[in-house]
Amino acid sequence: MSFISYLVNGLSLGSVYAIIALGYTMVYGIAKMLNFAHGDVIMIGAYMALISLTQLGLPVLPAILVAVVVCTVLGVVIERVAYRPLRDASSSLAVLITAIGVSYLLQNTALLIFGANTQSFPSVIKWSGVSLAGGRLNISGVTIVTIAACLVIMIFLTLFVQKSKPGQAMRAVSEDRGAAQLMGINVNGTIAMTFAIGSALAAVAGVLLCSAYPTLDPYTGAMPGIKAFVAAVFGGIGSISGAFIGGLLLGIIEILGRAYISSQMADAIVFAVLIIVLLVKPTGLLGKKIQEKV
Amino acid sequence: MKMMKKAASLALASALVVSLAACGSNGGNGGSDNSGSTGSDTFMIGGIGPTTGDNALYGTAVMNGIQLAVDEINEAGGINGYQISYKFEDDQSDPEKSVNAYNTLKDWGMQMLVGTVTSAPCVAVVEETHADNMFQFTPSATSVESIQYDNAFRMCFSDPSQGSVSADYIADNSLASKVAIIYNSSDTYSTGIYQSFATEAQARGLEIVSAEAYTADSNSDFSVQIQKAKDAGAELVFLPIYYSDASLILAQADRAGFDPIWFGVDGMDGILGVDGFDKTLAEGVMFLTPFTPTSDDEAVQKFVASYEDEFGSTPIQFAADAYDCMYVLKEAIEQADITPDMSISDMCDAMKTAMTQVTYDGVTGKQISWGEDGEPSKEPTVVQITNGEYTVL
Repeated sequence: MSFISYLVNGLSLGSVYAIIALGYTMVYGIAKMLNFAHGDVIMIGAYMALISLTQLGLPVLPAILVAVVVCTVLGVVIERVAYRPLRDASSSLAVLITAIGVSYLLQNTALLIFGANTQSFPSVIKWSGVSLAGGRLNISGVTIVTIAACLVIMIFLTLFVQKSKPGQAMRAVSEDRGAAQLMGINVNGTIAMTFAIGSALAAVAGVLLCSAYPTLDPYTGAMPGIKAFVAAVFGGIGSISGAFIGGLLLGIIEILGRAYISSQMADAIVFAVLIIVLLVKPTGLLGKKIQEKV
Repeated sequence: MKMMKKAASLALASALVVSLAACGSNGGNGGSDNSGSTGSDTFMIGGIGPTTGDNALYGTAVMNGIQLAVDEINEAGGINGYQISYKFEDDQSDPEKSVNAYNTLKDWGMQMLVGTVTSAPCVAVVEETHADNMFQFTPSATSVESIQYDNAFRMCFSDPSQGSVSADYIADNSLASKVAIIYNSSDTYSTGIYQSFATEAQARGLEIVSAEAYTADSNSDFSVQIQKAKDAGAELVFLPIYYSDASLILAQADRAGFDPIWFGVDGMDGILGVDGFDKTLAEGVMFLTPFTPTSDDEAVQKFVASYEDEFGSTPIQFAADAYDCMYVLKEAIEQADITPDMSISDMCDAMKTAMTQVTYDGVTGKQISWGEDGEPSKEPTVVQITNGEYTVL
């Protein structure tokens, strides 16, 4: 019974990772850059939701909407100001370092505005969940909602990318930016849209993360951000279903590793698994190997 | 936060002005010639602790506690007729920042250090004070290494004594026979208490059914640790950790339908002060603390009243420890007849002997005395949270 309980907890943690990883993987897949500030956009989203809930007294859904809108705008602004000017820079390292810079900028701005005190995040999901097997197995409402939200978002994103016109543009930009431009696709617009979607996801992830683990400070997004990045690489960066599977597996491995191997070694186990997967399958579980044409 | 900082610096500035003015008027009868240096006619006391970051509640409490005592002492005529000048630096509970804060204070002219507030930074800073032979008195750093040199003393219990006292209390009051522990293996404070608790618990016949660790990098998901404690049938969970992690554990245990007796140590103090924390989760939580604001003791009542008056909140144990620190410092300075024109090293040597000679009645205990190892000897009390308030047991 405790195994099932661990599994459910792993799924819950994993689905938070998966939602964050979706944002990473979208941006990487289309803009070919690692947006290390993604974790901190999550933190900003969580703060926005917190302020809307407590200080503005908004109900849950409008509060999440506020967070989504603010994060979307933030994501587009970051892309426009910090990343776009560097997109054609000779070294792809430049934009990576800028992303790390943006990450610190967001953390410290949050530190300045919200202070460093840990805040307790109110529970946005009032449902107490289900209790099975006579109370021996409790699945909390937050867990169920997180897993469901993750599934819905994943399916929606896949459909969007595969079926819609903007999605088609995204895939075209992803495959060959130059050719896409020649075909009349607005590359800058498409990439900005990708950032908008990624950041909107970050806001949702922030609310779910803080509902599951109800404390919030300016560094809240940092560690989950890194873990989600690992999940994205694990599943094959650039692949939406890869990020989903990578996130879930990572969460499950972390929890089971903590339960059955060592609670101190949880992070070491997670990263060891990443190394092994990359050694065996360098493109990740679902990553596609793209042939460079000479 | 910013407002508070501004207010604090304003208070500091005014304290400085007052002390300078005092300096001017005392200068003549004090007979001191070196009027050029500001330090010679005032005791320069520095403080270090986290006023921002995870443990900001502690640092702020200590900062305020010292401030209150300094103001009272200065108003009553100072120590040996000399006023005290006081400055507090933030270290965000980080060893590196703490050493930086120490250097900043040294540049300012600090002669004695009250701090640092948390254990890990204190271990780093005590190396510096030992090298400089500066007297250091920590209100609340509990790890053994925090005061490993003879120039350092502390006001609070050490980790080992907190661990063993907790185990004794649980055994003496038959609170439980099956005990689980959740501790932070990346923190010296937490592991120190855990180890001594485990040893003492075994000696007292308590059964430790699960002892699970977590680290600072994985301190959001506690489902496994809670599940293991639940499965092992623990009646009591011992939490030798700080309140911010504890608040998460309480919330997640509630979600997992696990409701044992929660027993914490002094790090649990402040859990009711977390912004937006659901106080009902902490109902029944017990923890070890030398100070309770609701005590009937006259000295405590007076301290609580003036603290609330000054800072608008009820003091926690850390504020009380810090307040006592300053008064103990005063007694020891008077005992050793120290004057501000002495060198830092001479002061320290005189303090080392004086500290072992004073016996102090304060707000964190009566008849407190110190050994050469810098450890205090005093009686502990256990507090329980009932109806969202701390109640003495």
